[in-house]
Amino acid sequence: MAIIYEKSKGLTERPLTYCPGCSHGIVHKLIAETLVELNLLDHTVAIAPVGCSVFAYDFFNCDGVQAAHGRAPAVATGIKRVAPESIVFTYQGDGDLAAIGTAETIHAAHRGENITVIFINNAIYGMTGGQLAPTTLVGQKTSTSPFGRNVAHQGLPIKVCEMLAAIPSSYYLERTSVHDVPHIRKTKAAIKKAFQYQVDGKGFSMVEILSGCPVGWNVSPVESMKFIKEQMMPYYPLGVYRDGGAEI
Amino acid sequence: MKTLMKGNEAISQAAIVAGCKAFFGYPITPQNEIPEYMSAAMVNAGRVFVQAESEVAAINMIYGGAAAGVRVMTSSSSPGIALKQEGISYLAAAKLPCVIVSVMRCGPGLGGILPSQSDYFQVVKGGGNGDYYTPVYAPNSVQESVDLTIKAFDIADKYRTPVFVVVDGTLGQMMEPVEFKPVTPYQIDVDSFATNGQSGKRGYRNMVNSLNLSAIGLEKSNFELKATYDEIRKNEAMYESSVKDGDEIALVAYGVPSRIALNAVKALNDKGVKAGLIRPITLWPFPDEAFKLPASVKIVLVCELSMGQMIDDVRLALNGSVPAHFYGRTGGVIFEPEELVDAAIKVVGGGK
Amino acid sequence: MNNSSSSGKTERILIAGFGGQGALTAGQIIALLHMGRGLNVTWMPSYGAEMRGGTANCSVIVSDGIIGSPTVSTNADVLIALNTPSLDKFEPIVAPGGTIIANTSIIKRGTTRTDVKFIGVDATNIAVALGNLKIANMVAMGTYLNLHPEFNDSDFEKVLNDRFGEKGKALIPLNMEAMKKGRV
Repeated sequence: MAIIYEKSKGLTERPLTYCPGCSHGIVHKLIAETLVELNLLDHTVAIAPVGCSVFAYDFFNCDGVQAAHGRAPAVATGIKRVAPESIVFTYQGDGDLAAIGTAETIHAAHRGENITVIFINNAIYGMTGGQLAPTTLVGQKTSTSPFGRNVAHQGLPIKVCEMLAAIPSSYYLERTSVHDVPHIRKTKAAIKKAFQYQVDGKGFSMVEILSGCPVGWNVSPVESMKFIKEQMMPYYPLGVYRDGGAEI
Repeated sequence: MKTLMKGNEAISQAAIVAGCKAFFGYPITPQNEIPEYMSAAMVNAGRVFVQAESEVAAINMIYGGAAAGVRVMTSSSSPGIALKQEGISYLAAAKLPCVIVSVMRCGPGLGGILPSQSDYFQVVKGGGNGDYYTPVYAPNSVQESVDLTIKAFDIADKYRTPVFVVVDGTLGQMMEPVEFKPVTPYQIDVDSFATNGQSGKRGYRNMVNSLNLSAIGLEKSNFELKATYDEIRKNEAMYESSVKDGDEIALVAYGVPSRIALNAVKALNDKGVKAGLIRPITLWPFPDEAFKLPASVKIVLVCELSMGQMIDDVRLALNGSVPAHFYGRTGGVIFEPEELVDAAIKVVGGGK
Repeated sequence: MNNSSSSGKTERILIAGFGGQGALTAGQIIALLHMGRGLNVTWMPSYGAEMRGGTANCSVIVSDGIIGSPTVSTNADVLIALNTPSLDKFEPIVAPGGTIIANTSIIKRGTTRTDVKFIGVDATNIAVALGNLKIANMVAMGTYLNLHPEFNDSDFEKVLNDRFGEKGKALIPLNMEAMKKGRV
């Protein structure tokens, strides 16, 4: 019988533990496929954050490190500097990357660390039970913003790609989405580009991926995809925010 | 061939001699000579130096470098070590070797930049979460700073643990002649744990992790750590003692204050008060052995540049055998030998 | 020399002046000189806010035994005072029978002590006459060397070479000349 589809060798046999409808599974697959296609898997180190993807080191079929909350870019710096021949990527959520770990994110970009950051922006703290994230939309209700995000009280949601684009050493920044198949394909292309830039020694690359969290948002998986498209994308415009390779 | 070096610079050079491959740090007084020295020397040696954006980032770079299986070191001073505690707990849990230098200054809060020993608890009792210990070396001379820094790298590798070297600001700033002898580093099995991106070469993948959501599983790893700590306690305690039968009082001090206490002990003996000096060299494991005292010793005087921290461990070691008294100055004030002499005479009950 | 360390003969030296007068460097050179004779030495700078300008001082202890506390806060055998505040502050801690070397270009008084030896040296004026204000410390060190006939000029020159290396090589003849003016 012909095999027409199989799980990427970039993922371990361990079943994913994410909720039904969660976007982590999609992004994991895209990263795994990319590592296999670029022939990087056997010399890659994955840095898992604190958050829903804390177990990412169990899923990616390469060396893995679990980092303290927000510190993945610093841990990645330590590894990449002493093992420059390795491929190092961090996988971080919005709480990890844009709240408790903002400084590490900004300064890894600022130093132009030759690492790749995969940033899952789902506008919520998933693992701890759906609390307000720096990326939670205005009016969005969470377990710690029960009346909806109020600009006067919590400010406007942070735009990470735009923020990092202001940093001179950022090399490649793109925001994508995984709410439908065409966008999933574009996300894959962006991830591939980011890793290729690391292979080429270009410096800091980040792909911000608008992702769904149906359980945290308290909606169905289908509704969550609609939420990305109709609520998130207008505030978080997709596109390339910095591409050192294209600016030449 | 001896050279005259500052304690902070000697510690830096010792790390290089010991094969330290990466230094990650953040500026803070009074340890700035260490990152300054490393910023040139590490680069000249073809190794890694990164000035991190924060103490927190620095210790997590250490976590990454150690995870990748090379010798790494960071240095800081008391308030900076406070910020690093989370990372130190992670390093201990993930069994990652590294050396952390603390050039202690006075606190609490921002405190001051003058020498102090008020961060004994910080390094010995830990400030990070969870059941962990870190070996702590407390040299009292520039040469010993070199020797113990080199040893700290070996102990870190041998037991797969973060290791502290603590000095006060005095030792960091003072100069003494030092000699660097060739070093044969402990050979650690890098393939057994390192996440250095060589899963292809080694044929299996490694994971560095401190998360374990299974109660039984986490308890098991705590027992494993405990077994390591028991081994360290058994093998690695170090001290010096001049206490002998006939002495009536033992002074206890570590680091540079032990040198002040040395002057005091000599002065006491000159005055006819028979005194000896116990100098813990490892603060953890604490050298309990040193406190099995001759029957002639009726009293112990613990001398620290703090309000009294090591004295807790001295009392545990004495286990009620003789009373322990305390003399301390703090805030950056350093006691004079004469003060210790007076304090000792007071506690033994008048002069002779 | 006294016997205040745990064993053997010891010399406790305190060198003090304005920041920029070279007190700390002088202390290192004295430490290196004695180190070259195989003695134990410690050099300890004044430490703290004083580092940021104002006065600077350092303690040097030389001994053939173990050196205890590295700070000379009592019983100084030698005080080298390059300015008046240094003499005012440290004169009381000189041990009976000790020596004060004072930079009389700046210090316009003698000592109030009757139990110490006072040696004046016109260090700053000599340095200025040689064309470099900054080498007053070398003149004072020459005076210090009068206390130590065991050191000859070439010992001093060797230490300067070790201390200043290639970068400072051009200045060594001038420094030597300054030292010799103080040593006569």
